Amino acid sequence: MLAFNFFGATEGGLFDINATLPLMAIQVVALTYILNSLFFKPVGNVVEKREKFVSNNIIEAKNKLSEVKKLEADLLTQLQSARTEAQKIVSEAENESDKLYKEALELANNEANASKEKARLEIESQTSAARDQLSKQANDLSELIVNRLILEK
Amino acid sequence: MLTNFAALEVGQHLYWQIGNIRLHGQVFLTSWILLGALLVFISLGTKKMENDPKGLQNLLEFLWDYIRDLARTQIGEKVYRDWMPFIGTLFLFVFVSNWGGALIPWRLIKLPSGELGAPTADINTTIALALLVSLSYFYAGLSNKGWRYFEYYVHPTPIMLPFKILEDFTKPLSLSFRLFGNILADELVVGVLVFLVPLILPIPVMFLGLFTSAIQALIFATLAAYYIGEAVEEHH
Repeated sequence: MLAFNFFGATEGGLFDINATLPLMAIQVVALTYILNSLFFKPVGNVVEKREKFVSNNIIEAKNKLSEVKKLEADLLTQLQSARTEAQKIVSEAENESDKLYKEALELANNEANASKEKARLEIESQTSAARDQLSKQANDLSELIVNRLILEK
Repeated sequence: MLTNFAALEVGQHLYWQIGNIRLHGQVFLTSWILLGALLVFISLGTKKMENDPKGLQNLLEFLWDYIRDLARTQIGEKVYRDWMPFIGTLFLFVFVSNWGGALIPWRLIKLPSGELGAPTADINTTIALALLVSLSYFYAGLSNKGWRYFEYYVHPTPIMLPFKILEDFTKPLSLSFRLFGNILADELVVGVLVFLVPLILPIPVMFLGLFTSAIQALIFATLAAYYIGEAVEEHH
């Protein structure tokens, strides 16, 4: 039942090399060309196209990311400068208002002082006038008294 | 019937006579069936290629990627593209032949002489493949480097010359006999075990056979790619 027939036999044998060899070689070469056009080329095209697409997208995304980062930094510096600008404007306005306030205060002070001075002068003059009148009346009165006394005599 | 089913026939062939030429018919029959199935499978998978792969296309793309990695690591970035179809064909042919021989119950088909089995269990097939590999690496070396290819024989010292010449003979010899021996041995072991213990016991050996078959396909393709890579490599 186990029919081992290795060497020696004129017909067959494990190492019976014949025209099967070159024909098989031709068949494999033909298969190479068939598989190349049927399998390796089309699948390779699709895979490589996709790989290119993916790598392009990655590059594009990286470019966009760096652009975004640049813009972000740009905006940050702009924000910083705007902030300092605003600070400057605010402090300038504060100084201005301070100055205006001081000027107005000074003006008002001066005015108040002037009117006070004027009022004082007026009071003084009125006081002296009243005093004059009073002393004049006192004189008159003393004169009247003197006259009356002299005349009674 | 069971003994008939489990009978072993070694070294018997189905001869086809065409003029003076004698062929091993069973090798061609199984190889045509298996390659036909492979081509149908591939045509179905590549029929409608999409950028967003589905089903069979996914599997074929995985296979393509696997073969590209194999070719690229062994041959190198520069010329792997030219040799990828050849390496891939070797891998697919050996793999399909080995697995087809192991998985399909060919024994159920009666032939007048010999029996159907893995095409790679015939020495003619493996020598044909090995000689193609030899021709390929010579062609790759000569077409890439011209006569400078022969610097390889005296690299790194001229003492290497006889060994390198010897290598040109041992490479196809080892390639063909390794594949032939492994596949034939697997078929024989499974056959003998089925003959002795027809139930259960042969199953682990069959699984081992599938494993060996896949490994042998990978080894054959990798070595072929390595020889081509060795031939096109630039020495400095």
